[in-house]
Amino acid sequence: MENIKPVLEMIDIKKDYYGNQVLKGVSLKVFPGEIHALVGENGAGKSTLMNILFGMPVISRTGSYHGTIKIDGQEMKIETPADALKAGIGMVHQEFMLIPGFTIEENIKLNREPLKDNVFSKIFGKSLKSLDYDKITQDTQAALDQLGMDMDPKRPVEGLPVGYMQFVEIAREIDKTGVKLLVFDEPTAVLTESEAERLLLTMKALSRKGIAILFITHRLEEVMASSRHITVIRDGQFVKYMPTSDTNVVEIAQLMVGREVEVIERHKKNLSEDTIMEIKDLHVDMPGEAVKGVDLNIKKGEILGIGGLAGQGKIGIANGIMGLYHSSGKVTFEQREIKLNNPKDAIAAQIGFVSEDRRGVGLLLDESIALNMVVPSIQNQKRFVKKLGPISLIDQKAVTENAERYIKDLDIRCTGPSQNVRRLSGGNQQKVCIAKALTGRPKIIFVSEPTRGIDIGAKRLVLDTLVKLNEEYGLTVVITSSELAELRSVCDRIAIVTEGKVAGILPAGESDAKFGLLMSGITETDSMEA
Amino acid sequence: MMKENKIDIKKIIIANIVPIVFLGISAVGVAYSGVNGAIIMSDVISRFARNGFFVLSLLFPVLAGMGLNFGIVVGAMAAQIGILIISIFDITGIAGILVAMAITLPFAILFGWLSALVSNSTKGQEMLSSMFVGYFAHGIYRFVFLFMLGGIIKIDAPEIMIPGTNVGVRNTIDLTGVKYSLDNLLKVDMFTFCFMLAGVAAVCAVYIYIKRKTVSKAAVAALVVCAALGVAGNILPALVMYKRVVKIPVVTYALIGLLCLFINFFFKTKLGQDMRAVGQNMEIAEVSGINVNKTRTIAQVLSVVLAGWGQIIFLQNLGNLSTYSAHQNVGMFASAALLIGGASVKKATVAQALLGTFLFHLLFNVSPMAGKNIFGSAVIGEYFRVFIAYGIIALAIALHAWKQAMGKKNS
Repeated sequence: MENIKPVLEMIDIKKDYYGNQVLKGVSLKVFPGEIHALVGENGAGKSTLMNILFGMPVISRTGSYHGTIKIDGQEMKIETPADALKAGIGMVHQEFMLIPGFTIEENIKLNREPLKDNVFSKIFGKSLKSLDYDKITQDTQAALDQLGMDMDPKRPVEGLPVGYMQFVEIAREIDKTGVKLLVFDEPTAVLTESEAERLLLTMKALSRKGIAILFITHRLEEVMASSRHITVIRDGQFVKYMPTSDTNVVEIAQLMVGREVEVIERHKKNLSEDTIMEIKDLHVDMPGEAVKGVDLNIKKGEILGIGGLAGQGKIGIANGIMGLYHSSGKVTFEQREIKLNNPKDAIAAQIGFVSEDRRGVGLLLDESIALNMVVPSIQNQKRFVKKLGPISLIDQKAVTENAERYIKDLDIRCTGPSQNVRRLSGGNQQKVCIAKALTGRPKIIFVSEPTRGIDIGAKRLVLDTLVKLNEEYGLTVVITSSELAELRSVCDRIAIVTEGKVAGILPAGESDAKFGLLMSGITETDSMEA
Repeated sequence: MMKENKIDIKKIIIANIVPIVFLGISAVGVAYSGVNGAIIMSDVISRFARNGFFVLSLLFPVLAGMGLNFGIVVGAMAAQIGILIISIFDITGIAGILVAMAITLPFAILFGWLSALVSNSTKGQEMLSSMFVGYFAHGIYRFVFLFMLGGIIKIDAPEIMIPGTNVGVRNTIDLTGVKYSLDNLLKVDMFTFCFMLAGVAAVCAVYIYIKRKTVSKAAVAALVVCAALGVAGNILPALVMYKRVVKIPVVTYALIGLLCLFINFFFKTKLGQDMRAVGQNMEIAEVSGINVNKTRTIAQVLSVVLAGWGQIIFLQNLGNLSTYSAHQNVGMFASAALLIGGASVKKATVAQALLGTFLFHLLFNVSPMAGKNIFGSAVIGEYFRVFIAYGIIALAIALHAWKQAMGKKNS
């Protein structure tokens, strides 16, 4: 390995945003044909490092970076995405860089369209050359074939399943001639398990063809399963470079977080027999997560987990109760029937909700942290407003105080209550969502996929927060999550949803086998009630 | 099977709800106006020729993601500078038109570039900012035309300057010298025009056959329909009135046709594709290495230049220039026409622009008479026309919103 030149070397990279040092000297080395994992908590500086490598406009707009980048041993200054492209660097973005209104082939060939001459181009120059659609389709088909994807190149990207969009992104990158290094930024965060597996296989196949892959993820099992070397960064600092074979998940996690990661043992508590919410025959028409007749009793003061495989309907339950998707059935909360299909009624009943779609449903991305936390309370509870005659004004002082309290309580890393939530990292955005739900003084809180797309350290904090709320204030918490291990570490009981119905409810301590059986749809009568 | 069919029809109706509603309104208007169909058609055809070019010029900013560019009025101003200059030097006929177009070009490029500077620094608010660019330009225009011309720049053309003072341009300039000089180059009745279209279709069919060895069904169908219409018009007595009254300015329509072809060609070129990409998502376009500001500037400049030429076509048809108001509201009316055709602020096609221009002028034409007949007062009829022009914009936008909501519900 020592004789081979690294395809990419980043040496002592430093970067600050308006005096805020986010990278304090990070180095990275990737060899040809290897999968190299870059791990670090959110806010560790992974995204910034990749933005530098890819010449994203946000870097040059904020005063460029310091340090050296070498491609194939040659020193380079990357200032625009075009420079990165020329250097043979491709990127599969965490948030898809696809244009929904364009077809698959138009996206794959964006700004690299094969062209042909026409009368006008001979007079007015090459920007008036016609697109060569035959060649576009041909190249696209070849790239898709290479990935083993069976898709019509002329299909619009709009409406494709998320997993397919990811593959369109990859197809675009491998279609670029001379790609030496492919960066995958949290590629599996939005994928189902089977899609993620397929993606890892594809990555391995690509690396065998000699393309180096830089893999950014927070799923450490995937790192162990796929990578040859690992670079760990923490708080903008380089921590360690090591071969994957010399380490293990626990060590990586420790290096990332910089503190011991412990699984909190939940002490046994006596569950109340009072039912706080009764769900009867709930049907929710949520695309891809349809609920087909769920019966569920939620007990007062418990932490209930709702688990199950993706697409089985677990996500639909909370969305249906909150009135976000069309639903039918009967939901009784504290002896009062909740009007379905009416979000206002659910909120009025003080049911808190943290959506799985943080950026779409959960947050007003271009508004401040403080305002995001109080919007539902202002709208529905007339809190945080002061009356000035007939006019209601937002009580800025109360809003800011509320925000400051939650920023402190939940350890939201930001520049202050007035920062826009768009620029926060995933974990911190999630905390704002939770703060928003808590600001509404809920009696029960539904939290969907609380740890999706956030890293280990932040995950723990989010889960701890939920447990604390439950234990200290007796708040009933319902967590919907695809990660069973996570549910088992915090919940009292776990309901497994399969094919739109509750397959069974188990105590968190039950054996793996029983959970597995329920998930695969095998109901055992003796596991029905815990 | 039946049910599936039904859903499809519903979808088609929802997708085209805007033009369908306006077709309905137009039909009612035509029925109530009590005017002979041939006369309405003659008027609409003349108005369409006047305005079609201008409306098409709006497609570029819409597809480049800048929305309805109300600032297109600066193009009209550039054209009026050209028209003024040919009036001063008394260049008449088709030569006058060509010179005016040539003079318009540099001014339109400059104005387009300047308004693009504003649009590029107000991304996301282009519609609003372009509207104010229009108002601002109107102020400067008045300053130049009322004060500087004659006041600073001495002009020896008493027939266009304000009498007595020789400072400032007259309120109305007579354009008899260039009136109809484009329209009248070749004017035929509508059925002869049908034969001409049939001829064009035949040439296309032969060309496609030679090039791709396939018979183009569309070209053959167009050939048959046009030829049949032409024959029908010449033999059916019921259509005599149409043959006598409805005259078509062939060259003007040919120019509009060429612009349509150019737009379709343009959006299949590299630059056109870049423009569409920028229109769909600026951020992604930029990351892909497309120069977003440059592309938007080109879209704006192209649009302003074409609008300027469109305004010249408009003025030669009108035969006089209302110096201080001819450009007012042209952006508003052209946008209304585009919206009626079923375009939105994000998506528009050539067909929508053409259909919209037709419907807008049909409504504009029949609404005063229809208003008069419905309410029994000529004054109300005239108000009715203004109401229609602005009401159209509001209704079209509301229908678009409704359409989007329906689309969401169905998906």
